[in-house]
Amino acid sequence: MFGMEFYVDPSRCIGCQSCLKACEECDTHRGISMINFDFVDRKESIATAAYVCWHCDDPTCAQVCPADAIKKYEDGIVGSSLKPRCIGCSNCVLACPFGIPKLVPEYEQMMKCDMCYDRTSVGKKPMCATVCPSQALSYVTPETIAATRREKPVNTFWFGNQKITTKVYMMAPADAGDITIDVADYTWEGEHELVPQAF
Amino acid sequence: MVSAGTAYKAALGVDRAPNPWNDISEAEVLMVIGANIGECAPITTDYIWRARDKGAKLIVADPRFTPIARNADLYLPVRPGTDLALLMAMLHVIIRDGLTDQAFIEAHTTGFEKTAESVESWNPRRAGEVSGVAPEAIEKAAHLIGESRRAMLMHARGLEHQSKGVENCEAVVAIALATGNIGREGAGPIMVTGQGNGQGGREYGQKCDQLPGQRSLTDPAAREHVARVWGISPEELPAPGYTAVEIMNAIHSGEIKGLLSICFNPLVSLPDANFTREALEKLEFFGVIDFFLSETAAHADVVLAGSLQEEEEGVTANVEARVIHIQKAVDPPGNARTDSSIICDLARRLGRGEYFPFNEPREIFEELRLASQGGFADYYGITYEKIDRQMGVFWPCPTLDHPGTPRLFEDGRFFHPDGKAHFMSLAWRDSGDPVDAQFSIYLTTGRVVSQYLSGTQTRRIGALVDQYPEPKLEIHPLLAAQYGISTGDWVTITSRRAAITLQAMVVRTIRPDTVFIPYHWPGGRSANRLTHRTLDPRSKIPEYKVSACRIEKVTAPGGLS
Repeated sequence: MFGMEFYVDPSRCIGCQSCLKACEECDTHRGISMINFDFVDRKESIATAAYVCWHCDDPTCAQVCPADAIKKYEDGIVGSSLKPRCIGCSNCVLACPFGIPKLVPEYEQMMKCDMCYDRTSVGKKPMCATVCPSQALSYVTPETIAATRREKPVNTFWFGNQKITTKVYMMAPADAGDITIDVADYTWEGEHELVPQAF
Repeated sequence: MVSAGTAYKAALGVDRAPNPWNDISEAEVLMVIGANIGECAPITTDYIWRARDKGAKLIVADPRFTPIARNADLYLPVRPGTDLALLMAMLHVIIRDGLTDQAFIEAHTTGFEKTAESVESWNPRRAGEVSGVAPEAIEKAAHLIGESRRAMLMHARGLEHQSKGVENCEAVVAIALATGNIGREGAGPIMVTGQGNGQGGREYGQKCDQLPGQRSLTDPAAREHVARVWGISPEELPAPGYTAVEIMNAIHSGEIKGLLSICFNPLVSLPDANFTREALEKLEFFGVIDFFLSETAAHADVVLAGSLQEEEEGVTANVEARVIHIQKAVDPPGNARTDSSIICDLARRLGRGEYFPFNEPREIFEELRLASQGGFADYYGITYEKIDRQMGVFWPCPTLDHPGTPRLFEDGRFFHPDGKAHFMSLAWRDSGDPVDAQFSIYLTTGRVVSQYLSGTQTRRIGALVDQYPEPKLEIHPLLAAQYGISTGDWVTITSRRAAITLQAMVVRTIRPDTVFIPYHWPGGRSANRLTHRTLDPRSKIPEYKVSACRIEKVTAPGGLS
């Protein structure tokens, strides 16, 4: 990856959706945006979140694929599904803890972000990171992030008892630890704190 | 934008943001007032985020909770059209609590006492009642700025598009001057000029009261200089003309009978669109130069297909007053032509070809260098080679070996003949379209991130249309509940001029006494059918940001209840 890593920071996202447009313009995935974009709750807030595939070290999508259609490359990037193999079963869509893969019905194929492998494998930035005006999506060196940001890059996530480590980092408050999304992780049961366990 | 230009000219002697954008990242305190930076100046967002990364405090004042507001340390939900009350109270607190930079005021400014007098009665409680901002929050904002030596106040159309737009901007400048926050890295008032060449347009002489170099059309010496460069006598130069809204008024009254416009879509972009349409229908001749057939161009007798920025080489001055070089990327398609060649040909057909002997934009720029020489916006030392070498050149750049001027006033000298900055006294005025019992809701208009200006370009791009296909009425749940309105319901909005019907978007990100409509669309969806033609008396900018309206839930988009 030429020393660069991907950092997602929803607190910097202004909702312009430039990342979607840039992604849509690429022919390697037939003009379909691979960015996941949400208004978190438009009635209550203007907050938006744009993010890419997290590229897990041990990708759940690949684990559950019955057709062996999802490959992780040597540099840690998890590819989109291989067209000749994908059977459109949606196992990965249901299993991904981040909700990243999408089944594209017209192609009967799962498609997801491959971090612009045609670009990043030769040292270029992914398209979304080149157009983001507010650095909500950044593709830079860890040294740059350490020198310029107050937030801390985090790439360990707990989904209940499943521990996921990822290639892509989430910018979290400086005092944050691993990111957990299960209430059980925060409960206190008597003397012993419930410690999340990996599978 | 001209409201800010007029204010800066009056207070500082020159119409330009005093600081380069890199300074924003060096500020300790940033106040953003009337500027939806995230959606309307997205590139500027990163400069603000970088300042925050270094610990800067962010104050955002806006009737809506804009995308950058959610990262603000202090959010001031100012009622539309009352920014001046807020700013006067901030200056009041700064003076009352001894946060002024007395040495700077004495050495480099005039008029402070009068300005201080004009804000004396504007205590935070009075301003709070007018603006709907808590007095404690006003005190806090004033202290954050007054206690910092690196404070910047950024403002855009929200302040400027009011019938007291110039005073609003003068108040911002007064706060910067009173606290000595000007002429240094990370300190200054910053007008966030809109559009790619919004700044440059005010330097080339296309503004109706100016000559090249930001010179005044009424200044005999300026007329003499420019006439000599152009090879004419000063008497041949006209007197100051009309601004955009004044032109429409003069067409409507029959005074103006012919119009040639370039890249101008007043049916969407000017207030009181029904009036604008009536005016266009009265024209005896209407010629339009544009790259697409806009709604306005449909009224033209002759349409000349012009060019996009990508189709013609040339220079522009960006938001920082940095002169940059735009390279041509593609040829104009079909029979479309570059704008400059259309204008030169037109001049030839009108018998004035000898004054337009240009073969390429660079030759026009060479003339601008001479015409602007010695003016405020002095381009003389700017060459294509220097622009390309330095990644742009900030004016003024008076000599060929001058590097340009990224930051103004570093030596404490301002551009008035006395070298001082001038405090302008501030006076409250009500909006030109006040709310009353019949029209009890504030209407403010603005933009969404996926559309640009009157939409002539962006309403033709599928992905951008998909992102925000139709204008929506933003309304707070408290107000919506009074009318039984939910998201997706059709609502008729009626002002003193017209009514339009849109779908509601119920959100907590707007004041409960205010509704918002983005203005990029034509016809029955046009927010500017509702707005009014009250102008700021000095800048002649209309009051897009404050109108009075009433709303009614309806069952069908036709407006039938």
